[in-house]
Amino acid sequence: MIEALQAIALIPVVAIVGIFISLLFKGIDRILAARMQARIGPPLSQPFIDVKKLFMKENIVPKNSVKWLFEIMPIVSLTASLVVLLYVPLFGFKPLLDGYGDLILVIYLFAIPSLAMVLGGFASSSRYATIGAQREMVTMLSYEFPLAISIIAIAWVISKTGTCIPAFSLGTIFTIPVWGLVGPIGFLGLVLLSLVMLFVMPGEIGTVPFDAPEAETEIGGGVLTEYSGRNLALFYISSSVKTIAFAALIVALIIPWNISNILLLGGTGAIVADALFFLAKLFIVVFVGSTFVRVAIARFRITQIVKIYWGYASLAALFGLLLIAIDLSWMV
Amino acid sequence: MNSGKIIEKKYRERKPDKPVKKKRDRKSYSLSIGPIHPALKEPVRFDLKIEGEKVVNVDFELSQVHRGIEWAGTRRNPVQIIYLAERICGICNICHSACFCIAVENIAGIGVPARAHYIRTIYGELERMHSHILWAGVAAHELGFDSVMYYTWKVREKVMDVMEALAGNRITKGIMMIGGVRRDIKEKQVPMLKEALEYYKKGFGKLGDIFLKDPVIKSRTVDTGILSKQDGLALCAVGPTARASGIKKDVRQDAAYAAYSDLDVKAITPKNLLGEVKGDVFDRIVVRLLEVKQSVEIIEECLKQMPKGKIVYEEKIPKLLAELRSVEGDGIGRIEAPRGEVIHYVKLVGEESPFCWKVRAPTYNNLLPWGPMLMGEQVADVPIIAASTDPCMSCTNRAVVTDGNNEEVLDNEAMRRLSVEKTNALKRRVGR
Repeated sequence: MIEALQAIALIPVVAIVGIFISLLFKGIDRILAARMQARIGPPLSQPFIDVKKLFMKENIVPKNSVKWLFEIMPIVSLTASLVVLLYVPLFGFKPLLDGYGDLILVIYLFAIPSLAMVLGGFASSSRYATIGAQREMVTMLSYEFPLAISIIAIAWVISKTGTCIPAFSLGTIFTIPVWGLVGPIGFLGLVLLSLVMLFVMPGEIGTVPFDAPEAETEIGGGVLTEYSGRNLALFYISSSVKTIAFAALIVALIIPWNISNILLLGGTGAIVADALFFLAKLFIVVFVGSTFVRVAIARFRITQIVKIYWGYASLAALFGLLLIAIDLSWMV
Repeated sequence: MNSGKIIEKKYRERKPDKPVKKKRDRKSYSLSIGPIHPALKEPVRFDLKIEGEKVVNVDFELSQVHRGIEWAGTRRNPVQIIYLAERICGICNICHSACFCIAVENIAGIGVPARAHYIRTIYGELERMHSHILWAGVAAHELGFDSVMYYTWKVREKVMDVMEALAGNRITKGIMMIGGVRRDIKEKQVPMLKEALEYYKKGFGKLGDIFLKDPVIKSRTVDTGILSKQDGLALCAVGPTARASGIKKDVRQDAAYAAYSDLDVKAITPKNLLGEVKGDVFDRIVVRLLEVKQSVEIIEECLKQMPKGKIVYEEKIPKLLAELRSVEGDGIGRIEAPRGEVIHYVKLVGEESPFCWKVRAPTYNNLLPWGPMLMGEQVADVPIIAASTDPCMSCTNRAVVTDGNNEEVLDNEAMRRLSVEKTNALKRRVGR
């Protein structure tokens, strides 16, 4: 009972810290991207300034839109992104709501911000938004499959370690580094799956090269065309929170180690060291999965996105799964 | 009975079209891109019929940025017009002013000194280099590849620096004059120019690698926005757009002006590099990149061959203007601008300002090819295909019809009627 109350009390803390860190990471991401493009880039605080400005701006709702749907979707999106944060391990702690939901729930929660954008786009009655929403749906359908394969494969490996382990629980997964549980073939499979997950990341968070749903130069912002002011700010925060939530999920799945036991720290020192180490891991994932990719590649067409995710990424994931299956049957 | 009246009568009698109830097409919908859209650098409105993501019909609407430059020109003297002509296009400021000068020189029979011809050629080629590199950056941006855009534009800075050092300005250089140029290229400026050319010779390989070998750029541009040779010929495409479809059309080769007759300039088609011509966006990239290389070679050749001597026919501008005031007749200037052929038509009637000045920018010809290019393509490819002709809207727009706040759209007949009226009025003014 007391634990539950504690968890409830911590929820706003997680939300505020999550938003702060996600915007900070966005600032770092923008500076790094700028430096890679031989630009100076905005100050670190630019995302905060953007959000502040958007909140001060007028919130325009199109005349022909379905108003309640249009207005409610940014809130749904942000809520879902923040809820994900409660289910993934952060700063080396187990998830706040551990035991109330597992990986499967997390995958579904990740779909909600995208769905909210789709519904908001359709509700806004703009043609650009309609095209964007169609593309968002197609993108979502494309990346879910390789992502699901990867996650299930990792859970499967974990389930082999004991008979009654809740294999899909992130609280368990992040305490058992998956790499030690498999032989060399399985290791190769896991590398493949990790790469697939990193490759899904830009699609999941909608950055270049998988930003067809928002493609600024094609459909002028796509799903977000009609959004402005407060609603746009909510989507903005939601997408940056989703970025770090997804990165945190990848961290928990493939680089779950903590640093305190290596440095032989204890007490507060251990907590601080683990938290900083977590931020470093998070940064690496965001850098590889989002910043670097978006600087290095041009935007794909929607047909190419489907081909890449359904074709190449899914094949790679299935092949990884096959390698793990071979490895695991060997061990048994 | 004169035909104008019949048409006028017809126009008056025409009844408004009855609203026909169309069967509602549920499969396709229309999407308008522009006049203001992130993909468009200048206003133009595309009205696309879309089925899913496929474009099934294309229409576009111009005339959002008419500035009345020709009208303003007929109220200025020819020397003043040179500077006005520069402002037709921020990028092609050399070719518009040079084209106007050539037209006037043709009328007045003014001989341009040989050195001035070479200087004009050098500026024209510098302009082509900067324009094509600028375009390459825009194309990368349309593909969502901003890193390449920044890199390309960084490369472009060198040519801008050269132009600033030579002419004193990056964009509107004010270098052309009727009968020559205003500033010489001095001996001490030549090393800097040569160094810049070396920079491009070296840097060209990297730029070429990015655009010609990057798999994503290739997958987005190959077989996209194809303009066949037949369509290109039928729709009078010009410049790199035409050459990319295998049409060997280049004013520098076909009707050499300035110093081009001394140089061996051949129209570049994708065949030079790829061995075949498809007429897609990729081919247009290839042609432009090859032309940057060609421009470097032309400038080098010019520096070698450039003779010494006068740079302008008449240094005293009042004297020149007095001479032009006594001239009657009309003339045409043709120049190969970075985007294609520019034509200026000028008519002088022995007055201070020209009686008529008509500009035809290359984009005007390259608009109609958008139709066959865009048909059947995906919405995602519309921006890059539209950008692949390197459109320049404000150079192209010639007319806008407004009546206070009520926009009046004229159909063909009405346009014809208006132009007949205008011609008659002009005839009366000239007294013919």
